[in-house]
Amino acid sequence: MSNVVIIENGRHERNYWGDIWRYRELFYVLAWRDVAVRYKQTIIGAAWALIRPFLTMVVFTVVFSRIAKLPSDGVTPYPLLVFVGTLPWTFFSTGLTDASNSLIGNANLISKVYFPRLIVPIASVVVAFADFLIAFAILIGMMFWYRFMPTWHVLLFPVFVVAAIAATIGPSLWITALNVKYRDFRIIVPFIVQLGVYISPVGFSSSIVPPQWRLLYSLNPIVGVIDGFRWCLLGSDSQLYLPGIALSFAVIVLFLWLGVRQFRATEKSFADLI
Amino acid sequence: MSASAITVDNLSKRYLLGHHTDPNIRNKDVNLRDAIVRAAKNLGRKTSDVMSGREMIQGDQIEEFWALKDVNFEVKEGEVLGIIGRNGAGKSTLLKILSRITEPTNGRVTIRGRVASLLEVGTGFHAELSGRENIFLNGAILGMTRADIRKKFDEIVAFSEVERFLDTPVKRYSSGMYVRLAFAVAAHLEPEILIVDEVLAVGDAAFQAKCMGKMSSVAQENRTVLFVSHNMGAVKTLTTRSILLESGVITANGPSDTVVENYLIRTLDARAKALKAKNLEGFRRGRHYDNPPAKILEVNISKADEDPDSLPEIELGSNFTIEVTLDVERPIVNGDLCVTLMNSQGERVTSLVASDRVLGLSIQPGEKVIKLSVPDLYLAPGRYFAEVWLDPMIDGISCDAIFDYPLLSVVNTGQVTHGLTRPWGTVYSKDAKWSVTEKKDPVAPVEAKAS
Repeated sequence: MSNVVIIENGRHERNYWGDIWRYRELFYVLAWRDVAVRYKQTIIGAAWALIRPFLTMVVFTVVFSRIAKLPSDGVTPYPLLVFVGTLPWTFFSTGLTDASNSLIGNANLISKVYFPRLIVPIASVVVAFADFLIAFAILIGMMFWYRFMPTWHVLLFPVFVVAAIAATIGPSLWITALNVKYRDFRIIVPFIVQLGVYISPVGFSSSIVPPQWRLLYSLNPIVGVIDGFRWCLLGSDSQLYLPGIALSFAVIVLFLWLGVRQFRATEKSFADLI
Repeated sequence: MSASAITVDNLSKRYLLGHHTDPNIRNKDVNLRDAIVRAAKNLGRKTSDVMSGREMIQGDQIEEFWALKDVNFEVKEGEVLGIIGRNGAGKSTLLKILSRITEPTNGRVTIRGRVASLLEVGTGFHAELSGRENIFLNGAILGMTRADIRKKFDEIVAFSEVERFLDTPVKRYSSGMYVRLAFAVAAHLEPEILIVDEVLAVGDAAFQAKCMGKMSSVAQENRTVLFVSHNMGAVKTLTTRSILLESGVITANGPSDTVVENYLIRTLDARAKALKAKNLEGFRRGRHYDNPPAKILEVNISKADEDPDSLPEIELGSNFTIEVTLDVERPIVNGDLCVTLMNSQGERVTSLVASDRVLGLSIQPGEKVIKLSVPDLYLAPGRYFAEVWLDPMIDGISCDAIFDYPLLSVVNTGQVTHGLTRPWGTVYSKDAKWSVTEKKDPVAPVEAKAS
């Protein structure tokens, strides 16, 4: 017989990652389902993916630039600065919120069918990424509007997109796994998202953070991602603070490792706990 | 003959249950100070559980519960094995371990081959998506690739009989259409090992017959099948060997005929318990509504002895009345109640249906008793078990059903002395009339006229 499976307590499948590859169809289908269902029975449909970041940008520009009179990076128009910050932040916050509830939302699947559970939260992150791509279209429109030409820095943009994805998946997996066991996290996540938007440099440039605190500030992984986005898309007026980026990336990798580890360790008991 | 497809060695599964020892918590008249003291105590325990990586259990006291205990069995390649047992016997836990949904506490299972498990019909169906989309979604969840599904798409649609509604969201489907579509997808899986849990109790009678046909053709394709069902007739038709689970332990393992009989005889204890406790917890229920308009509370024979331990005895050929007590929450209009009798070999012998009714049952909310009177019962002597189906509408979808309920024992104490007692009427005897006449030639002879 082709494949032998042994089921025992505490046994990790040797071919776990192979299994994920075998179940990739399910991964596509779940992501497709969530995208298909997301804007069903809404009036304006996918336009919500455009309106939310756009309104956030308008409000933040008014609050941080007009009222608080914070400076932009060099000559960069303030709305553009805010919008480039909003992009990864919205992706992170929707990804984290959706992924952390994804297992509970799919409880009927978890308790009735076997598949590598990692597929579920990652499919949620993919759905959030679809919204990210739609919102990215607005950014391109805005850059035309402000006649803003990106420099060669844009070539490094994919690196920061990957960082944004990793920064979302890591904490998402960690919190998802904990959320199955301790529903406290369902209350903590909206709180993280609510505070995070002020802690992270979404509505302002991180160059206004005093230099002696800059490294400490970069412990927040989103700081590295947003700084990177601005540097790539808005050009040389935004300075890249390299030690900060390196620290943010290290934190991203640490969270990714923690997330996968926590998830794998508790995965087998999900069906009993959910 | 052939190698084993599934080997189960000393398999055990433990769950931890939390109990509230404080009676006040149930009465809800707890005062604030007590509540704070208990909350603080529980917080301390939960924190230490979290710190030491143990499971967090609600309640003051923790009890261990073994859903399965040292279970051993083997399934050969191409064999169809039945798994039977009452509610809570551990069948579902066993299937969940075999399908890798949950892991065992002790022991090991070795599986050779690709497994597909059907623990429920329509797993993952999304109400907002259309029938077509759900076929792909459900197929992927059950482990089919999109290419597989595309290849079988027409077959699935034809089997489900919902062609016209393929592009309608399934939330607009009737419950019958929904389960037909769901079973159709599942029926077209082609794994080496198939694990099936009670999926046949869906849809109307015609569709159930179709499902049974499909299942027996699967069983004949030399595929390994594990089949859990409460339909003893189906277990006997589809499987050659069965295991009986009771409180997490295998108590019988052998030819399906013997195991089914064994199981039915043991349901007598459950009946005694159900009558004493006035609830039917121990019996298998069938429900296709989340919030059923009515529930079956009790099933019995009128004027049955007060002793719940013995089965009511009905004299061969006599009349009797079945009483079904219902708890009706919302009014039932045009409903139906049907009792199917099964003998101790698990064969469905007869269905008692009130065929003279034009309209169905109309029942107002409250605790109600429905009496079904049956004249001249000529079933062969022996024990009979009932399946009681309650349908709120005459559309074949039940809102409550009880299976394998020991109902009565037909006896012959000597009042019937004629041929009806003879052993060749093993299932059903019927009084018939005798008359003796002269044999005549079929063609009447032409009378020669005397001249």
